[in-house]
Amino acid sequence: MSARDPLLAVRDLAVSFNTEEGAVRAVDGVSLELGAGEVLAVVGESGSGKSVTAMTLMGLTRGPNAAISGTAGFEDTELVAASDAELRAIRGNRMAMIFQDPMSSLDPVYRVADQIVEQIQAHRDVGAAEARERAIELLDAVGIPDAEKRADSYPHEFSGGMRQRAMIAMALSLEPSLLIADEPTTALDVTVQAQIIELLRDLNRRRDLSILLITHDIGVVAEIADRVAVMYAGRIVEYGTLDEIFYDPQHPYTWGLLASLTRIDRPRPQRLPQIPGMPPSLLAPPQGCHFRPRCAHAFDRCLEVPALEPRRADAPAHLDRCWLEPARRRELREADARDALEQPR
Amino acid sequence: MSPAGETLLEVRDLVKHFPIRSGLLNRSHDSVRAVDDVDLSIAAGETLGLVGESGSGKSTLCRAVLQLVEPTSGSVRFEGRELVGLGRRQLRPLRREMQMIFQDPQASLNPRRRVGQIVGGPIKLHGLASGAELRRQVEGLLDRVGLSPEHYDRFPHEFSGGQRQRIGIARAIALKPKLIVADEPVSALDVSIQAQIVNLLDDLQDEFGLSYLFVAHDIGVVRHISDRIAVMHDGKIVEAGSADQVCEHPRDEYTKKLLAAVPIPDPRESRARRERAAAAG
Repeated sequence: MSARDPLLAVRDLAVSFNTEEGAVRAVDGVSLELGAGEVLAVVGESGSGKSVTAMTLMGLTRGPNAAISGTAGFEDTELVAASDAELRAIRGNRMAMIFQDPMSSLDPVYRVADQIVEQIQAHRDVGAAEARERAIELLDAVGIPDAEKRADSYPHEFSGGMRQRAMIAMALSLEPSLLIADEPTTALDVTVQAQIIELLRDLNRRRDLSILLITHDIGVVAEIADRVAVMYAGRIVEYGTLDEIFYDPQHPYTWGLLASLTRIDRPRPQRLPQIPGMPPSLLAPPQGCHFRPRCAHAFDRCLEVPALEPRRADAPAHLDRCWLEPARRRELREADARDALEQPR
Repeated sequence: MSPAGETLLEVRDLVKHFPIRSGLLNRSHDSVRAVDDVDLSIAAGETLGLVGESGSGKSTLCRAVLQLVEPTSGSVRFEGRELVGLGRRQLRPLRREMQMIFQDPQASLNPRRRVGQIVGGPIKLHGLASGAELRRQVEGLLDRVGLSPEHYDRFPHEFSGGQRQRIGIARAIALKPKLIVADEPVSALDVSIQAQIVNLLDDLQDEFGLSYLFVAHDIGVVRHISDRIAVMHDGKIVEAGSADQVCEHPRDEYTKKLLAAVPIPDPRESRARRERAAAAG
């Protein structure tokens, strides 16, 4: 594959679920690309559609109540149109997923190594002894101490961090080119989280593993991502390199979110800048830009949905969905930061 | 911004052990030292942040301070009065002064009660108001925490996580307490909502002169809200000091390790930190 070909190219992905109360448009026109060897973080709050996007790529949102449209090219397969059998052949094999809760992947009544062996043998024609050797290698590679012995433990005998490592070992067992990691460190203590981030970074560098990281934790994004897609209420509102998103945010939601973070390495500001209001219901989202009702800078044009596109000639790969004049944005962002000091509750 | 208030809460040598029972006779043969000889104090109007990882004993300490679990030994003085050893009846008037906010308002709000009953419950229980006066007070509380008086007759499930936390806060301040113990009050909330709740707690502190024992695993939030920070590990306070001092010049090895693991939402800073760590081996 040439360096310019993305490993994963999602175009206009839309997912809606029929519920008793009406259709919920959980993902509303998501387009993104993940290059080989890259870490793309999809960051957003609950209900932003980040997990539904990831699960849809894995074929895990299919069902009678789900309507899925758009395309998602992964290597030589179109995932949205692929049959269930085709997806089964890809899942766990060329594309693997890890979750927040490792017990969603690990079976409590099987020994850890046996689960990995089973996965390997389901997709590869190898003998039990060879598969077991491979499982132990993997457990060792993800940092499980004394892997040979621990391989025969049951998941409940592992700590939370060790289970996360075991799940990662299982995900890597067939050498996938893409790892989808859905909030992989959210349930972990901070010292364990740091170890898992380090492990993912290491796998990305040494094995050229591409990672689609789904998270709400902007600190984790800063530690590991190459590029970032910021999602809000079903849509990507901004998309750029790590530094573009953090140091030159273009969408008022992005800059509001970044401003509201607390940091351990800075003394407290007088007041924590906050975004007023709350995210909209996806049963009846607002017309136009979904952030409009919470945005201090909304104007008439925001009743139309802005496209996700580059808006400045000097940053052709930095995309956003905002009608604000690009030249004015820095000034508005700085004014917001000043106003934050006096804002009401 | 160091509040020069008098000592409100003074905890000395506090110990809480949980026996480990097993076997046919359910004998206790060992114990978990969940809180192991803890000292701390909180001044009037002050916020003490308590940080630590899961299992460090933070939540048990909170409950032992409020006498929701009976301490094994030690002393908890509130405005100079010893709480350890007091009976239910003796504690009751003191409970007005000390309230708690929980992580998951979903679990701590009775789903079958209306918001008005939840928030007004403590006022009614202590016989402080009833009827129209009670309703008026509750509506005032709802307004104060950023909800609307029209929410009075709704049920908790009709609210978002952030709004439910506001309901929990309204209930906690209903009796005008002096101390609020907040156990992970913003951990379950989205970032944009966290900031709203943190600011609300800040405002209420200014308005009512509240003291907080603020527990969280998110050290960034704790640094923002706290005057002083205590770091808990394996049931012990391993370090305590001003928020700036603990975060910028930690002395204890565990504190250093904990702070080094916190991700910094600033890619340049986080790269620089990785390089420093690599250079230091």
